[in-house]
Amino acid sequence: MRNLWLGGLLTVIFAGMAMLSFVWTPYDPTVLDIANKIKAPTLAHPLGTDHFGRDILSMIMVGARTSIAVALVAVGLGIVLGVPLGLMAAARKGSLWDEVIMRGNDLIFAFPSLLIAIMITAVFGASALNAIIAIGIFNIPVFARLTRSGALSLWSREYVMAARVAGKGAARISVEHILPNVANLLIVQGTIQFSLGILAEAGLSYVGLGAQPPTASWGRMLADSQTMISFAPHMAMFPGLAILLTVLGLNLMGDGLRDLFDPKLRRARS
Amino acid sequence: MIMDYQKAGRYLKFGLISTAALAATAGVALAKSDIVVAMQLEPPHLDPTSAAAGAIDSVLYSNVFEGLTRFGPDGSVNPGLAKGWDISEDGKTYTFMLREGVTFHDGSAMDAEDVKFSLDRARAEDSANAQKTLFEGIESVEVMDPLTVKVTLAAPNGSFLFNMAWGDAVIVAPETIADIKTTPIGTGAFMFKNWVQGDKIDLEKNAAYWGTPAKLDKVSFKFISDPTAAFAAVMAEDVDAFVGFPAPENLPQFEADPRFQVLVGSTEGETILSTNNKMPPFDNVKVRKALAHAIDRQAIINGAMFGYGTPIGTHFAPHNPDYVDLTANSAYDPEMAKALLAEAGYADGFTTTLKLPPPSYARRGGEIIAAQLRAVGIEAEISNLEWAQWLEQVFRGKDYGLTIVSHTEPFDIGIYARPDYYFQYDNPSFQQLMTDLGAEADPAKRSALLTTAQETISGDYVNGYLFQLAYPTVANAKVQGLWKDAPTQATDLTAVYWQ
Repeated sequence: MRNLWLGGLLTVIFAGMAMLSFVWTPYDPTVLDIANKIKAPTLAHPLGTDHFGRDILSMIMVGARTSIAVALVAVGLGIVLGVPLGLMAAARKGSLWDEVIMRGNDLIFAFPSLLIAIMITAVFGASALNAIIAIGIFNIPVFARLTRSGALSLWSREYVMAARVAGKGAARISVEHILPNVANLLIVQGTIQFSLGILAEAGLSYVGLGAQPPTASWGRMLADSQTMISFAPHMAMFPGLAILLTVLGLNLMGDGLRDLFDPKLRRARS
Repeated sequence: MIMDYQKAGRYLKFGLISTAALAATAGVALAKSDIVVAMQLEPPHLDPTSAAAGAIDSVLYSNVFEGLTRFGPDGSVNPGLAKGWDISEDGKTYTFMLREGVTFHDGSAMDAEDVKFSLDRARAEDSANAQKTLFEGIESVEVMDPLTVKVTLAAPNGSFLFNMAWGDAVIVAPETIADIKTTPIGTGAFMFKNWVQGDKIDLEKNAAYWGTPAKLDKVSFKFISDPTAAFAAVMAEDVDAFVGFPAPENLPQFEADPRFQVLVGSTEGETILSTNNKMPPFDNVKVRKALAHAIDRQAIINGAMFGYGTPIGTHFAPHNPDYVDLTANSAYDPEMAKALLAEAGYADGFTTTLKLPPPSYARRGGEIIAAQLRAVGIEAEISNLEWAQWLEQVFRGKDYGLTIVSHTEPFDIGIYARPDYYFQYDNPSFQQLMTDLGAEADPAKRSALLTTAQETISGDYVNGYLFQLAYPTVANAKVQGLWKDAPTQATDLTAVYWQ
């Protein structure tokens, strides 16, 4: 439970910062102030300024928005496409459909995800949208496979049998009886995938293939500060910490949620 | 146990003393005779006469290949393989006297036939030379005797000797031309040894050199494109010198470190905000003028180059005696820029593309310029390109609105007379100006023409003129004889030695 609270707290902090950045940031992170570049943290700039004199706190707030938006949409894409595929495959276990879907998944799994993401953004141009698509594609098989494996064991349950006897079709059973019972798995996995999405977005932005300037992004802040780390460590430290804490928070939350949802673990505790 | 330690200590002491003594004798006996020089870009191949890539010259110019004339460290034109020349009264005939006893690295003699071959090859119809305009005026090349070559020009050309000093005009041999891209055979003080692609090029001393022999026995050029890796390599002393150091922000650290010397020289690199003059709305001079006034040069120099760079107001190197300071012509004035945009019918601004090649002056400068343009209502969408993409889309494809690039060729104002050049500036009176300049040999009149030329492109706001690129070299404090400035793309190591 402690994991859940700590993870949830970190996640809420960063999500809150992202939300707040829509209406307010201490400074405008797109306005440059070259005269005030590379200032160590002060009261006016709690996290210092970067090499263009932009306020790092403001940039981290807007960067949180970029990261969360990219990761959220990418995971959403994975769920929206992956879950129905998984349900379909489970409902028609052993059929041609099942084979096609699962082998398709294997195909995507066979590629190193970040490399393909780099390829996609290199071919179609670097932008936040392409980063979302690239990261999203690799979330589809994760959710399809998880849904299928979760659903398969449910199909032999008595209440599903009863539903079939009552004349419900496979699609209806999938949505009404199977999906609610795999939802806990999906929530846990979604949280973990979300943190991986944030890492992937930071990675793509770091190599210049994520959100383009002037949109602030944590990965690019790291890349920009790379040559200045020896005399301006704050420029690399704060975006690095932001990535670390967000990913840590989401992972802790994912762990905590699993503990909460898993009946076996729950029984062991009580 | 105690005894053992003492014994060990004695041995250790003895060992230390003898090593120190050895090192001392070695130090007296011979100074270091090899050097590792790093640079950012690797040449695509090794033929300076058939590619525009400056990296080829950076490795080979003067070291391996030489021309009839050569650039000195200050950009002056000096005798090279030609020890002297006669210019006819009408300025159309140049008779070059070649040096005696010059041999190529394969042992064959360098004579007038090689000169004729090199010049004819460069000016041929199907020549792949990247600077064919250098040879355009040549009507014929005649071999008078093995050591005399007569070059006849169609019209007098005041910059012919300057043209012959370019890396694109070096003398090559017909026997070895087939393999020049992988095995360059020249006449220089260093011979090509081997090329480990993606890593380094090794040269070694040419014992049979005709002139002052090189002081170094071995030279390695290493290619390190990543600024962070460049910083680490110099700090760890993996390389003895880094020419064209890519991260200006790190220079103060090297300056503060007694192990290193930092030379910040000038280059021929006019860094400009290239504007597609044929693409609306940039075909309107008012819009271009608005661009020029929207840009704060000093902020770009401070923000992107950490203060290294000289502001320019036209496409001309400030260290050139004919340079005219026209920066006031496009002073930073965002209000005026907004007014000009309104006059041109773009009161609400417009959206364009800003395509940026990899160097930090472009990537960082681009972010700053985009912010400055945004302040006057112009939305410049940044896209970061690799060099190959940039050459294809921007330089050849002309598919761009704005881009930032440094033009590092010496004395290249002539590119404005080429309407098909990537910024597509087409002004007949400027083209006439360049034709006149080519025919003029009188220094005072040339100077006047150059002044008019600079004023014309500045007044037409062809491009946004930003700054003259600085040329930072970081080297071991004991390395002497490196060029401080970069009057052409070259890393001349023929006079370099260890102190």
